[in-house]
Parts: sequence; structure tokens; C-alpha cells
Amino acid sequence: MSAISFTVNGNRQTLDVAPMKRLLDVLREDLHLTGAKEGCGEGECGACAVLLDGDLVNSCLVPALQVNGSRLCTIEGVSTEGRLHPIQQCFLERGGAQCGICTPGMILATHHLLDKYPNPTLEQIQEGLAGNLCRCTGYMRIFESVQEAAKAGAV
Amino acid sequence: MSQRKPILGASPLRKEGRAKVLGAAQYIDDLSLPGMWFGATVRSSIARGRIRSITFSPEIDWSQFAIVRASDIPGENTIVHLTKDHPCLAADAVNHPEEPILLLAHPDKTALIAAVRGVSIDYDELPGVFTIEESEAAVENNDIERIIWPGSDQGGTANCFKQYLMYSGDARETEDGLAAAFETADYIVEGEYHTGAQEQLYIENNGVIAECNKDAEGNVTDVCVRGSMQCPYYLVHALTLVFNLPEDKCRVIQVETGGAFGGKEDFPSVIGSHAALLAMKCSHPVKITYDRAEDMAATTKRHPSRTRHRTAVSKEGKLLGGSIDVAIDGGAYATLSPVVLSRATIHAPGPYQWPHIRVRAKAMATNIPPHGAFRGFGAPQSLFGLERHMDKIARVIGLTPEEFRRRNFLATGDCTATGQPLVEPVDMQHLLTRALEESGYHEKLARFAEENKHSSIKRGVGFASFMHGTGFTGSGERRLNSLVYLDVLEDGRPQILVSSTEFGQGTNTILSQVAAQTLNLPYDDIVVAQPDTSVVPNSGPTVASRTAMIVGKLVERAALQMLTMLRDDVKLPEDYSPAEFKAAALAYRAKHGSLRSSVRYEPPAKIFWDDDLYRGDAYPGYAWAVYVAEVAVDLNTYMATCTRFDALQEVGMVMHPVLAKGQIEGGVAQGIGYALYEKCMWKDGRMMNNQMTNYIMPTSADLPPIHVHFEEVPSIHGPGGAKGIGELPMDGPAPAILNAIENATGVAFNTIPLLPEDIFERFTSFTTPSHGGSEDIDPLTDIDTEVESPEVNA
Repeated sequence: MSAISFTVNGNRQTLDVAPMKRLLDVLREDLHLTGAKEGCGEGECGACAVLLDGDLVNSCLVPALQVNGSRLCTIEGVSTEGRLHPIQQCFLERGGAQCGICTPGMILATHHLLDKYPNPTLEQIQEGLAGNLCRCTGYMRIFESVQEAAKAGAV
Repeated sequence: MSQRKPILGASPLRKEGRAKVLGAAQYIDDLSLPGMWFGATVRSSIARGRIRSITFSPEIDWSQFAIVRASDIPGENTIVHLTKDHPCLAADAVNHPEEPILLLAHPDKTALIAAVRGVSIDYDELPGVFTIEESEAAVENNDIERIIWPGSDQGGTANCFKQYLMYSGDARETEDGLAAAFETADYIVEGEYHTGAQEQLYIENNGVIAECNKDAEGNVTDVCVRGSMQCPYYLVHALTLVFNLPEDKCRVIQVETGGAFGGKEDFPSVIGSHAALLAMKCSHPVKITYDRAEDMAATTKRHPSRTRHRTAVSKEGKLLGGSIDVAIDGGAYATLSPVVLSRATIHAPGPYQWPHIRVRAKAMATNIPPHGAFRGFGAPQSLFGLERHMDKIARVIGLTPEEFRRRNFLATGDCTATGQPLVEPVDMQHLLTRALEESGYHEKLARFAEENKHSSIKRGVGFASFMHGTGFTGSGERRLNSLVYLDVLEDGRPQILVSSTEFGQGTNTILSQVAAQTLNLPYDDIVVAQPDTSVVPNSGPTVASRTAMIVGKLVERAALQMLTMLRDDVKLPEDYSPAEFKAAALAYRAKHGSLRSSVRYEPPAKIFWDDDLYRGDAYPGYAWAVYVAEVAVDLNTYMATCTRFDALQEVGMVMHPVLAKGQIEGGVAQGIGYALYEKCMWKDGRMMNNQMTNYIMPTSADLPPIHVHFEEVPSIHGPGGAKGIGELPMDGPAPAILNAIENATGVAFNTIPLLPEDIFERFTSFTTPSHGGSEDIDPLTDIDTEVESPEVNA
């Protein structure tokens, strides 16, 4: 076991965990942050995506030790006191969420995308979200949600 | 009081949407019960054989594990669907790879990985059959060794789960008519079309948590399973047999479900029964969640198919007669194959007038994990064959695909191939005109033909015309006899109680819209009860594009009945405000203790269906559509890409434009995957690419713009004039795309999925002499289609 310490959604955490435990399991099991989902366990689907020092990562591929000293943002940290972030609001209004299982990862990927390109082109959106699979929507409502969020100056 | 702004046809926020965007929605793997253990499945490593022995590794302390084998099942060892051939756990014999044999549970889920490996099973292997053709050959040759399914007293014959023979009229007259048609036809066109298996690939894998209570003697008194599923009452039925318990002792609760698409229609009966057996054995709640590899390897997929057409056509382009033979690969057990085959059969003739048609259909057994429900449910398979064949015929007789279809479309007042009169308006001519206009089809047809001469990227356009029946087939809805409740809670808010589940498609939202509109109350006031079979009635399974039209109509009727109850009993005024409704509802509750409006399905008048002859009103209503695909085929990489998609459909009145668009776009995306990306690779009955890494579904970067168009024609069947929508968009994309590829390249491809290697192989075979390079690129000589005609034969 190793002691690791990091911040999640602004809260400092110190945990004693197996160093190779997947960050996804640390979040879900040790911290009870279940917003990150396991879809494939091999970094293909993006359902477990979180922001690690501002980078979008698949938490199923990140060993716990690697987050020591880092700053994490999960879906639970995107809203403020129950108030939806503009990205969340746009996903809700525009049909960007159907079954909802990819939605946490998709919203964090959008956050990351809009950080990089506040007014993304459709191509930038398509590329920026290509690591997050959605089986329900065909992505069209998601693209619209992202465009609306950009218009609202979401990030 | 003024009438509120209509909520049906508006796009209120998805009921459970807020929890979903917050990441707060709780799916099965997010839930935990006190003292919960974890379960795992030991599966067959071979396709077919007899179990000789099971040995447990001495290196593991098995006393720490709960172990369930077939002999532990207190009731029947069966997962019931339509027949009881499918065991819950293999007892003596296995019939497909990954067949469940043993179940293990342990408090620490990490201990299970080694434990599953620590069980060794020895088999006497038997020969397997892995394709429709091998299964047929075994029957034809009376090869007893390869008769892998014996038939059953609930239907089916050796290696064949089900057969249908459907005629457009009296059998003898139709046969005579067909014989005459083929005798006198100007052209006879034959074709064979194949579709592959397709994984549903919901992003949330199958998962459940089960609890089990026992009496002092250790007998099971009741079980409770919660999990990711479409049809809670299907699982109740399965549990009653496995545990030999009455229905009210088998409680099932659906929790937030991360996608389903049919993949969680029948399969939860398997995993739910397994978890409940483990809970019985270890006396703890047990959670089983599959990982992706297990889910893909062991659970259901879309049935592979082969459709053969033989069609008699006049030189004026009229269909004179047709023979269609559909075969689907059902896998090792019957499961839902007979009903999937039924939908394939009824949809095989498409939206056309056939003076004489015969459809023969069969579901064959193979030693592959059972294939099951997937959006479209047989229709995408037979419609792929039909709509490719329609383009073929058009080419042979020298008409455009458009003109040929126009000369044969069904119209209002015509009868379908099952003899169902189309009473509600149908205007395929207009749908085709509008779809071709919206997509710029004619302009592109001309432009691409010109541009292709000078480019190695060949572009093309193609379309498919089709329909999808909504609701259960034939007498199915009558048999389901669905029931819904509408209550008023103690705070005065109405609550909808149905077993229809939400898994992304919008059940909660549209049913709330129906209740809000009918009760003339704000949408936000409507509550939807969690589907818990101890609370909600059986409103039927959440399948077959039936929720909006059938269950929605029941919710509408329940709301109307509630208003009558309130008017009659507590004098709710004709014209009331939400506050007056609440006051009246609470007064009713105070007087009677509760307020419940209960409504049962009533078949529409004059609906007639003959299950033996396969004649009559096959579906209460049909959605009609024309889909147009634009493609680019790169002859350097042999990659075919869909570059634009237009989906026009008539689905009655649109209840929720945002959700409806999302349904169509999502279905089209799955259809594009079905056509161009998603290939299940099989080896001896086992899926070899059971990972997202090598089973490729479309990403956001792969899909073209999808333009969705609705033609709104009110239907008498659904609430607010709506019809079903869920499955329709799966039917059209694949044939439209392959028609477009033929338009782009001049080459007819008749098998999906169509991957770059398939295109490469076909193109290089034209130019490489060792591959018999005398073939030319003329589509009339394509490898799958035979043409007989006076002109061609002369």
C-alpha cells in the first residue's frame, strides 16, 4: 500500500491504496464518487474520463500512484452547489444525454475541449469528443449541446 | 381556466435528465447493499460437448466461496422465453462457447478472478455447427452428429427453431399465381443478401444485485433482483420457474439503465437468475456485473441472416410475383428467435404491392451464444435484402431506383402482404419526393457521375424505402393485456405506474407529457414511479416500439378516467386550475383512502390476426420512411464512408421533437455501424473481437451530418396522434448506404458489414487475373445476383 495525496474537486484527499489500483476504482470505491463509469476498462469508451491537472484522461488506465500530488476534477465537481454548469444545462436542454452512462465523461471532454477552443468548429468538436463513445445519440444532439455551451461562454 | 400550452409536441426537459448530467444518476454498479458479495460465472470453453468432470484447484480455499451448480436450482433449470430449451446452468451438456456452467460468489470481487480460473472442466467434445448453411446441411444429410437441437414439444424441428410460410392470399391460389407470374414475366431477378451479427454495445454492461430470503428450514421464500433491464416482468417470470415461487414472491426493480437496444430484453433473465441463485447459496446480497469482454462474448447479438429473392417483373416495371426466403442464425437455444423471425417475415415484402408473394422463413440452430433482441428485431435483416434487391431489379429492367419503386408502392386503401388493409393514410410517393428533395439527391446523382470520372474517390447516393410495424405482432398486444395505473400521491401530484422502463429513449418524459396534457397540469407536476414489480402493474415489455403508442395511449385513457372519477365523485369542475385539481384529488383520497385510475389494453375494433395462416392485421400501425445516404468510396484505401444522411419518416405526430430527433439519429448511427464498421469475428462459435478496441462502433469523428425530417400525419392509435419510433431508424441505413456504394462504384455489394478489406478484395479480383479477372464491373454480372430475362439470355 502507498499513501497518496491529491485534490478532488477542490478537496484534499490522502489515501492508503495499492499503488497500481486503477484511479477509476479509487474514485468509485474509496471516495464514493460514482459519476465516472466503467464502460470497457481499456481506455476505448471514455465513460470513466476525468480531468487530471486539466488533461482529459481515462481513469481506468491511470494507476493511483500517478495522481499523487495532482488536481482532479470529476463530474461531481462540475456543478456548483447543485447549480448546473452551462455545459450541463445545454446537454440537458439539447438532448445531449439519453441513457446518461456516457454523459459524465462526455461533459468533462466538452469542458476540456472548450478550454482549448472556446468557439470550436464542428470538426474540432468531432475530434475532441472522439475518445468518448455514445451508443444512444448518434452524437448530433451532443454536437449541438457543445455548440450551445460555447455560445453561452461555458468555460 | 385556460387550456395550457400543449406539452405534447413541445420538448420539455428529460425527466431524469438533471441527475444524468450531474453524474448523480445511480446505475446498478453504483449501488451497494449491506453485506453484499460479488458473483462470477464459470463458462464453457468449448462450443459443444458433454461435461465429463469439474475439478477445483487445491490452491484455493473453496470454503470461502459460494458455489452454485445446476443441481442447486430449487425449481426448473430453465431460462424461459418461448420454449424451455435454454438451461439456466448447463448440467450435462454444453451447446455454445461461454455457456454458464457454475456460479461463484465471494465477499471480495478480486478473489473471483483466480477462482474462475481455478475451476477446470473436462469435456467429451462433439462436432459443432457454426453457420446457417452447416445447420441446414446437417438436416438435409440427416447427419445425426450435427443435429444440435432436437426440436421441442413447444415447436421447432431438428436444428430449426421455427419456420413460417406466409402467402399474400390463399396458399394454393398464391402458388398458382406465382407459377403463372414466373411463366409470363418479362424479367426474373434473383439475389442473395447477407447480414452479420451486431453487438448492441450499450455502454453500461449487464449487471444486477439479487437478494434472497429463506424460512427456518432453509427454503427460499422470496427473491428480489434489481438491475439494468428493459422488461422487469420477463425476469419475474424467469425467477418463478427457477425458484418455483409465485409471482408475488419474485420482486424485480429496474434501476437507471445505461443503454439497452434490445440487449437487455431477454438477457437479464439469465444474469438475474444467476445472481439470485448465488444469493440463495451464500445468504448475502450478490452483485454480478460483467466486464466488457464477458458481456460481448457471452450475451446476445443481432441474428445474422441470409435472404434470397426471386422476383417476376414486367417490362413496365410492375412487380408480378415474388418468392422470398429468409433464414436467420438463432444460436444455440430458441430464446426470442421465433418472434425475431416473425418480424423479419412480415417486413420482408416491404412497402410494395405484390400481386402474389410467398415468404418462407426459418430460424436455424448453431453452436453460437443465442442471438437475441436488437432494435429492429428481424426487420433490418429482411429489409436490407429487399431494398438492395429493389435497386437490382430497377437496373435490370432499365428504370431508375426511384421510378421502379414509384410503380409499386403501397398506398392508402391497399392491402399489405398479410392482407392488412391500410386504413390510415400512407403516402410513400410524397415521402420519396420529399426525401429526395431534402437530400439534394437528383443534383448529386448528376454531379457525382461527372466528378467520379476524374477522381479516385467515387461518390454516390442511394436510398431505401421501408416501414416498421409498431407494437407487438398480430395478436401479441391482446395477449399482453397490458395494465397501467395512474395514482395521486399524498402531496396531490399524479404518479404514473408502469413497467415500461427508461433506458435513454425517453419513456419517463413522453409518458409524463401524455399525462400532463390529458390532465391539463404542468409537466413538472407528473411523477413516474420506479419500475418495481411490487408496485407497478405489468404494462408489458419495453420493446417493439410499443411504449409511446400502446402504453402512451393507456396513460392517456387512465388520465381521462381519473378526470371522470374526480368529476363524478368530488365535483372537479369542467374547467379547473392545477390547484383545483389538487384539491379535488386530495378530497377523493381523503374520502376513499387513495386515488387510482387503472386501465387495461383494449384491442382496436376489427383487428384480426390468424397465427396459423399468418394473415391479417400484423400491426396496429406502421411508421413509414425513406432514407437517403450519400457516400464516398476511396479507391486508394478502399474505405467507404457515409458523408451525409437524410432520414425522412412519417411516425404520426411527434411527441417530443428533441427526443424524437435523438432517437432517429441514434438509430441511424447504429445503422451506419451495421453497414460499414461493426463486424463480429467468429471462431468455432466464439466471438474473437469481444473488445471495444477491435469491434468498431462509430465515434463522433466517423459519422456524417444526419438530417432528420418528420412528416406529421396523426394516427388514431397513439396518444396525441403518435406512432412508434424506436426501431424504425435501424432498418433503412444499411440498404441505403450499399445502394449508394453501388451508385458510386458500379459494383453491387450484398453483404454487410462491408469493411475496406471486403471492398479491396472485390476490386482487386476484377484486375488480378489469378482471381479470375475476366469479371467485369458490370453490376448485372455481380457475384450474388442472377438475372434471367429474354433480352439478357438472347
